[in-house]
Amino acid sequence: MTAGTAQAGDPSRERQSETTPPVSSSIDVDVWRGDAVGQFVRYRVPRQSSQTVLDVVTWIQRNLDPTLAYRYACRVGMCGSCAMTVNGVARWTCRTHVDRVAARDRLELRPLANLPVVRDLVCDMREFFDKWAAARGRLAPTATRKDPVPRVAPGSRERRAADAAIECIGCGVCYASCDIVAWRPDYLGPAALNRAWTLVNDVRDGGNRERLAAIAGDAGCHACHSQANCTERCPKHLAPTASIAGLKRAVSRALLKGEL
Amino acid sequence: MNGAPGAAGASPGRIRAGHRARIDAALWLAQRVSAFVLAACVLVHLATIFYAVHGGLTAAAIIARIRGSVAWPAFYVVFIVAAAVHAPIGLRAIAAEWAGFRGHRADLATAFVAIALLALGLRAVWGLAG
Ligand code: HEM
Ligand code: SF4
Ligand code: SF4
Ligand code: FES
Repeated sequence: MTAGTAQAGDPSRERQSETTPPVSSSIDVDVWRGDAVGQFVRYRVPRQSSQTVLDVVTWIQRNLDPTLAYRYACRVGMCGSCAMTVNGVARWTCRTHVDRVAARDRLELRPLANLPVVRDLVCDMREFFDKWAAARGRLAPTATRKDPVPRVAPGSRERRAADAAIECIGCGVCYASCDIVAWRPDYLGPAALNRAWTLVNDVRDGGNRERLAAIAGDAGCHACHSQANCTERCPKHLAPTASIAGLKRAVSRALLKGEL
Repeated sequence: MNGAPGAAGASPGRIRAGHRARIDAALWLAQRVSAFVLAACVLVHLATIFYAVHGGLTAAAIIARIRGSVAWPAFYVVFIVAAAVHAPIGLRAIAAEWAGFRGHRADLATAFVAIALLALGLRAVWGLAG
C-alpha cells in the first residue's frame, strides 16, 4: 500500500502494532467475476486490524486487479451503496469487520441477490428504486411555501411511528434478504413499503388514498408473511416487518371505510 | 424479472388494479378475522376433547349430547365456517408463490376450495346433529 493514499480503515503500521494483532496474516477471498454468468476468482489479501470487507475489496482492486467492479461512496454507513453478499448474507460492507464474518479466514463475496448483476459485485438497483416510486414513496405536500411551517409534535403517535422507520439508507440489504421478492418479482419489497409507512404517518402528506391503493394487494403489503428476514438483516436496525404490518392495518381500515 | 413499476396490485386476469387491491385486502382481513375465531374454537375444541377423554365418555354418549343440544352444532358450524374461510386463503398464497398460480382463476379456485370445505364440514355437523 502506498503511503499517502491510506484509506480510512486501513490503519498505518504503528497503529496496527498497538492494537490486537490479526488472527492470521492473510485471508482467502472468493470474489464473483462476471455478470449473470461468471465464476468465483480467489484472491489472497493481507489481514489488517479493524479491516472492513470494503477494505478487502478495495485492496484487491488497487493491488491485484484494477478491473474489479464494485460500488461505494461514503465508507461510513450513510450512503447505502456498498451492500454485497458476504459469505451468503447481505451486508453493508463498509461497516462490516472481517473479524466478525470471516469463518476460517475465508470470505466469499457476491453481488446482492434478487437484483440483476451489472458486473462483478455491482447489481442494477433500478428495479429497487422504481418500486419506491411505485409505492408512492414521495411526499404529496398539502401546503405551499406561503403557508406557515406545520408543527409536528415529536411525541405524537404518528411521528414516533415515522421516526422508527425513517433512517433507511436505501442499501437494498432487506430487499436482497426477502424470500418473497425472490418468489414473486413484482413484490414491492420491504424498503419501498417501509418508506410508504413513514409517509402514511406524515401529517403533512395528502397522498394516502392513492398510496394505500398502490401498496395494497398481493404485490404489495399483503405479500409479506412477516418472516422478518428484512428486520433481521437491516444494518440500520429498522423493522420493515413492523412497518408492513402497520400498512396492512391501515389498508384494512381504509377498506372498511370504503376509501380503498 | 417482470418487476414493472406501478405493478402493485396488478395481477393477471381481467380485473382492474384498484379492484384487485380491494379483493386482496379483503381476503387478508378475512384470514386475520377467521384466525381469531379459529384460535378461540381450537381452545374450546381441545378442552372438550380433554374433558371427554378424562371423563370416560363414550362416542355414543358424546353423540347423544350433541343431538340434544343447539349450542354444540352451532359452535361447530362457526368453527367450520372459520376454517373454510381461513384455509383456502392460505392455500391461495402458497399456490401463488410456489406454482405461480394467481389472478382471477386463483380466486375462483380459492372459492371452490372454500365451498368444498364448507360442504364437507356442514355435512358432518348435519350427520351428528340431525
Ligand atoms: C387452528 C387454528 C389456526 C389458527 C389460530 C391460525 C392462525 C393464523 C394466523 C394468525 C395467520 C396470519 C393471518 C394474518 O396474516 O394476519 C394465519 C395465516 C395462515 N394460515 Fe392459519 N391458523 C389456523 C389454522 C390453519 C390451517 C388448518 C391452515 C392450513 C390449511 C392454515 C394455513 C394458513 C396459511 C397458509 C396462512 C398464510 C400465511 C401468510 O400468508 O403469511 N391455518 N393463520
Ligand atoms: S418480513 Fe415481509 S418484507 Fe420482510 S423479509 Fe419477510 S416477507 Fe420480506
Ligand atoms: S430498510 Fe434497512 S436494509 Fe432496507 S434499504 Fe433501508 S437501511 Fe437498507
Ligand atoms: S459506502 Fe456508504 S454505506 Fe457503505
